Amino acid sequence: MNDALVQVREVHKVYHRGSERIDVLDGLSLEVPEGEFLALMGPSGSGKTTLLNLIGGLDTPSAGEIVVGRSSLGTLSSASLASWRAGHVGFIFQFYNLLPVLSAEANVELPLLLTRLGRSDRRQRVATALEIVGLSDRAKHYPRQLSGGQEQRVGIARALVTDPTLLLCDEPTGDLDRVSAEEILDLLEELSREHGKTIIMVTHDPAAAARASRVLHLDKGRLSRESGT
Amino acid sequence: MKFLPLILRSLLRKKTRTVFTILSIFVAFILFGYLAAIDSAFGLGVDLVGEDRLILQHKVSLVQLLPESYLRRLEAVDGIIFVTHCTWFGGVYRDPKNYFPQLVVQPERYFKMYPEFLLPEEQLSAWLEDRTGAVVGRATAQRYGFKIGDRVPIQGTFWRLADGGSTWEFTIRGIYDGAEDGTDTTQFVFRYDYFDETRVASAKGLVGWYMLRIRDPERAPEIAAKVDAMFANSFYETKTTTEKAFLRGFANQIGNIGAILTAVLAAVFFTILLVSGNTMAQSVRERSSEFAVLKTLGFSDGLVLLLVLGESFALSVFAGLAGLATAWYLISLGDPTGGVLPIFYFPPEKLVTGLSFIILLALLSGLFPAIQAMRLRIADALRRS
Ligand SMILES: Nc1ncnc2c1ncn2[C@@H]1O[C@H](COP(=O)(O)OP(=O)(O)O)[C@@H](O)[C@H]1O
Ligand SMILES: [Mg+2]
Repeated sequence: MNDALVQVREVHKVYHRGSERIDVLDGLSLEVPEGEFLALMGPSGSGKTTLLNLIGGLDTPSAGEIVVGRSSLGTLSSASLASWRAGHVGFIFQFYNLLPVLSAEANVELPLLLTRLGRSDRRQRVATALEIVGLSDRAKHYPRQLSGGQEQRVGIARALVTDPTLLLCDEPTGDLDRVSAEEILDLLEELSREHGKTIIMVTHDPAAAARASRVLHLDKGRLSRESGT
Repeated sequence: MKFLPLILRSLLRKKTRTVFTILSIFVAFILFGYLAAIDSAFGLGVDLVGEDRLILQHKVSLVQLLPESYLRRLEAVDGIIFVTHCTWFGGVYRDPKNYFPQLVVQPERYFKMYPEFLLPEEQLSAWLEDRTGAVVGRATAQRYGFKIGDRVPIQGTFWRLADGGSTWEFTIRGIYDGAEDGTDTTQFVFRYDYFDETRVASAKGLVGWYMLRIRDPERAPEIAAKVDAMFANSFYETKTTTEKAFLRGFANQIGNIGAILTAVLAAVFFTILLVSGNTMAQSVRERSSEFAVLKTLGFSDGLVLLLVLGESFALSVFAGLAGLATAWYLISLGDPTGGVLPIFYFPPEKLVTGLSFIILLALLSGLFPAIQAMRLRIADALRRS
C-alpha cells in the first residue's frame, strides 16, 4: 500500500479548441509524500496550472486517477469535492486573488465561514494565521492598502487558516520583486519545516525552486527530474 | 447570518451603480403606493361597504325623486329590518370650486344605517335639538376649518326655498369620523324635516333614494326583486341593487381607472426589473474570478447561488421597503389634490401586494445571474482573469 499524500496515476488531460486537440497532460504520474516541499517547473503552457488544479480538485482529469490522503477525487461529487477542499487544501495564487471589498482579516476569515466555528473562535484563528505570516498589524487594511508582498501574505494566511495538510501554490512569487519574493519563500519554507505542511509550488524562478526539497520539470505532458539545466 | 457582511460588502463594490439601482427601486415603490391609493380612491370605498345594505332608486335614474311614503311600505317587507332615505342637495359653499357632497338625511336613522360614521352621542343629541343643524365629516371639516357652532351658508343650485331664496344656512352641530381609513368623511348632512318644511311646495314629500338594511345578505337579489315588483306599474317605479353594485356602477362611470393604473404599474415594474436585473448581471460578470476563488476555498455551487440571490434580495428589500414606507408616510399626509380624491389612504392589502412585488423583483433580477455564478467552472474562470 502506497502512503504518499498525493498520488497522481496515469493522468491525461485533453482540451479541445475547435477541431484542435491539445494533450496537456499525457499519462502523467506523480507521488508526493507527506511533508514534502515540491517545486514544479516548466515552460509556459506546459500544463503546470492544469496539474495543480487537478490535484486540488478544481478540475477533473480526462483519464487516470488522483488520490489525496484517503480521498480518490474522481469519486467525489462536486459538492463533496468543495467541502473536501475546504478542509484539506489551501490555495495560493500568483495574483493573490483577495476580495477587494473585504479587509485582510475578513479575507482570511472566508474559509472559516464554512465551518461550524463561532465568531470568537473564528477571530482567534484569523489572528493566529495573520500572526504566522507577520501581518497582525494590517488586519483591518484593505487589499488596495497593502503591498504585493503583503497581499500575498494575506493570501497565505487565508490558505492556512483552516489548517490544511496540503498547500498548492501557483507561481506565488511570480508577481513580486526580489525582496518580497524572498520573504514569501522564507514563509513557505517555514510552513514546510515547522508546521509540517506538504507544499506543491509551481514556479518559473530557479531561485525559488532551489528552496524546495525536490524539483520536477513538466514538459510535453510528462514529468522529469531536475537535471541542472 | 454570518454571510451577511460579505453580501452587503459585495453590493457596495460599485457604489454609484448600487445607489442608482436603489433609487430607481425606491421611486418605483413610492409610485406603486400612490397608484394603489389612487386606485382605491376611485373605487369609492366599494370594498369597505357592508353586504347587507341595498339602495333603492327611481327606475329611470338617480335624479328622479321618490315619494317619502315608500318608507312605511318598505319597512313592512319581510327580510328588511331598517330603512331610511336620502336626498342629494348638490349646493355650493361660497364658490363652486369648493366641492363636497351635501345630503339631506334623517339624522338618527342615517347614523344608524351607517355605523362606520362615528358621531359622538352628545353631538347627535345637540343636532336633534337644532332643526337647522348639520353634521360634517372630518375631512371636509378640516379642509374648510369648520368647527362646532360655525354657521355655514349653502346655496342651492336646483333646490329653492319656499320664500324664493336659494341659500340655506346651517349650524355645525357635530363632526363625524370614519371607522376605517377608507371611510368617506367628506359628507355634509342636514335634516330632512327642516329641508322639507322650507323648500318649495311642489317638491315637498319627495326624496332621492332609499337605503335598506336586510337581515340576510344572501337574500339580497330576492328582496330587491320583490321590492321592485311591489312598486312596478306605479307612477314611481324603482330599481334596487346592493350598495356595492351601486357604488361600483358609479365608479365605472369615471372610467376604468384600475386598468390604466395596472398598465402603468406593469410598465414601471418591468423597467425596474431591467434596471436591477442589469445591475445584478453586470456585477456577477465582473466578479467571476471572485466567485471562482470562493469556490476554490470550498464554497459549494449552491452556496454561491444563495449569495448572489442574497445580494438581489438585500437590494430589493432595502430599496422596496424604504419606498413603501415613504409612500405610506406621504399618503398619510392626505389627498395631494386638495379635494379631488377625498378617500385617500394606503390600502393595507396593497401593502401585501407591494411586499410580493419586492420578493418577485429580488427573485427575477437575481435568479439568472445566480445560476450563472453557480454554474461557473473554477478553472475556466480563474484562467480568464
Ligand atoms: N479551458 C481550456 N481550453 C483550452 N485550452 C486550455 C484550457 N486550459 C488550458 N488550456 C491550454 O492548456 C495548456 C496548459 O495550460 P496551463 O496549465 O495553464 O499551463 P502553465 O500553467 O504551465 O502555463 C495551454 O496550452 C493552454 O492554452
Ligand atoms: Mg500557469
